[in-house]
Order: sequence, then structure tokens, then C-alpha cells
Amino acid sequence: MDPQAAKLLGAGLAAIGVGLAALGVGNVFAKFLEGALRNPGAADGQQGRLFIGFAAAELLGLLAFVISMVLVFVA
Amino acid sequence: MAGGGTIDPMHQFTVEPLFGRLMIGGYDLSFTNSALWMVITLVALWAFMLGGMKGQMIPGRWQAAVEGFTGFVTNMVDANIGPEGRRFVPLVFSLFMFILLANVLGLLPLGVVPGVHPFTSTSHFTVTGVLAILSFGTVLAVGFAKHKLHFFSLFVPHGTPKIMIPLMFVIELLSFMVRPFSLALRLFVAMTAGHILLKVLAGFVINASNAGIGYGILVGGPSFILMIGISALELLVCAIQAYVFALLTSLYLNDAVNLH
Repeated sequence: MDPQAAKLLGAGLAAIGVGLAALGVGNVFAKFLEGALRNPGAADGQQGRLFIGFAAAELLGLLAFVISMVLVFVA
Repeated sequence: MAGGGTIDPMHQFTVEPLFGRLMIGGYDLSFTNSALWMVITLVALWAFMLGGMKGQMIPGRWQAAVEGFTGFVTNMVDANIGPEGRRFVPLVFSLFMFILLANVLGLLPLGVVPGVHPFTSTSHFTVTGVLAILSFGTVLAVGFAKHKLHFFSLFVPHGTPKIMIPLMFVIELLSFMVRPFSLALRLFVAMTAGHILLKVLAGFVINASNAGIGYGILVGGPSFILMIGISALELLVCAIQAYVFALLTSLYLNDAVNLH
């Protein structure tokens, strides 16, 4: 297979990982909202942890995006 | 489709010298557009803080805004590090405000002036890498100054069985060493991805309009509306990424100051 075509295909496959990260981030916020609606008084105190969890999930998705970009523009 | 040009979303990130190349001792020290925008960030932050430091007993709106930001960062550092964290508030505040302003200044609508476009200095791994090194370096310096070699007990959590200590130490050490890299990467990719998306959508609008009024409305219209929505989302992401950087710096400092 032509190397350029292989790189672009690989970049497309790597982009699937970004979609999976969307599931992960949605999970973090969904669980937070679920708990917050059950116990609204405790919600504000846990907002910090919400954003830490979001950042961690987002980072892994962004890693997939970086691999995709590396395949298209660098490799 | 006739007349479609290729969209180049990466050109907006090129760093180029503004006043000619300046080589000193083999190192390229030219004043670049990246440096210019970092100076603009610094001036904007300085002006913002100066405007709020008049010390009025009943704060006006500007002072209230400055106090809002300082109070926010002080509360965050207090909640995450505890009473010993007070001396880190200037560092965390500087990091937070610089990253926030650098991110937001890259989204300015200067494109309405022909030939002018803003530049996000934090969209380069070199810049965010230095910010991450500042944060991580402080963590290491504080940790070793306060605890000397006992700092390494951070990598062996309470209650690990003796036989697992070597393995746990290596794993925890790896996880610790990835921290500055992840700080830099998170901020850099969040900024770059948003700007690439905006540029691609803008390319759709231009190409669709060039291909005739039909395509212009059918493709260009929704793309333009999407650009408005994504710009709003990008402003939110700017703020969130600055907050996450400052929050994680506070957490890592808590690890260094309070060990467990």
C-alpha cells in the first residue's frame, strides 16, 4: 500500500479514539450530575474533582488526536 | 465541484520573526509573532491588575473583577493545599491568569482587519512545556527542600505489602514523571484542536461561497452557524483549560507539601 495512503488511513483510525474519549467525558459529567441531583448540598464541594476527572478523560482523547495529527503532518 | 481550494488549517500556527532574524551565539533569538503575543498577554494582564489595585474601600467594578479572580485562586489553593499553601498563591495565580489571557487573546476577532490575525501563544508545545516545567519544577523544589530524601516516600502509598514495594515505586515514579508532559500536552492540544476546527469550518464557508449561491447557502450557512457555536465553546475551553492547569498545579503542590 502507498505509504501516504497508509498514513491517512491510520490517522482516520486514530480519530475513532477521539470519539471514545467523548464517551468517557460524558460519563464523568453524567455521574456527577446524577450524584448532584441526589445530594445537591454536597455538589458544590465536589466540583473540583469533576474538573479533574474531565481533564483526565479529555487528555486521553487528545492523545489520540495528537497521534492522528502526527500521522497526517509529521510522519 | 469547481473552484475548490485546499484548506490549510496548520498555517495559522507558524512562528515567524517579525523584525528580521537575530542570531546570538548560534541561537535564533528573533522577536517572533509568538513572542509578540506573549508580550501583549503580559501587558494586558499588567493593565488589568493595575486597574484593580486602587484599594478602594467599596470596590468599583474593575476592582471587583480583580478581587473575583484573586479570591477564586486563593480559595482553590486553600482547598487543595491547606494553610501552608498561601505562599503558592502568586505562582498559581500568575500561571492561571497568563494561560487564561493567552488562550482568550488567540480568539480575538482581529480577522476583520485585512491581513491581521491573532496568534495563540499557548498553541505551541514549547510554550506550554515551559509553563509545565515552571509548575513541575516548583513541585520538585518544594518537595525536596521540605522533606529532603523522605520525598521519595510519596511513591510508596500507605499500606503496600513489602513484596510489592519495588513494583509500586516504579509505577508511581512513572506516573509522577508523566505529569509535566501531560500538563503541557493537555493545554497545547486543546488550543490547537479548537483553532484547527475553526479554520476548517471557515474554509468550508469560503469554498462553498466561491462555488455559487446554492452551495453557499446550503453548506456555508450551517458551517457559519457552527463556527459561532464552536467559538463560544472555545471560549469555555480556554477558561476550563486554564482552570485545570492551575488546579492540577495546586494538587501536585499538595503532594509535595503534604506528602500523603
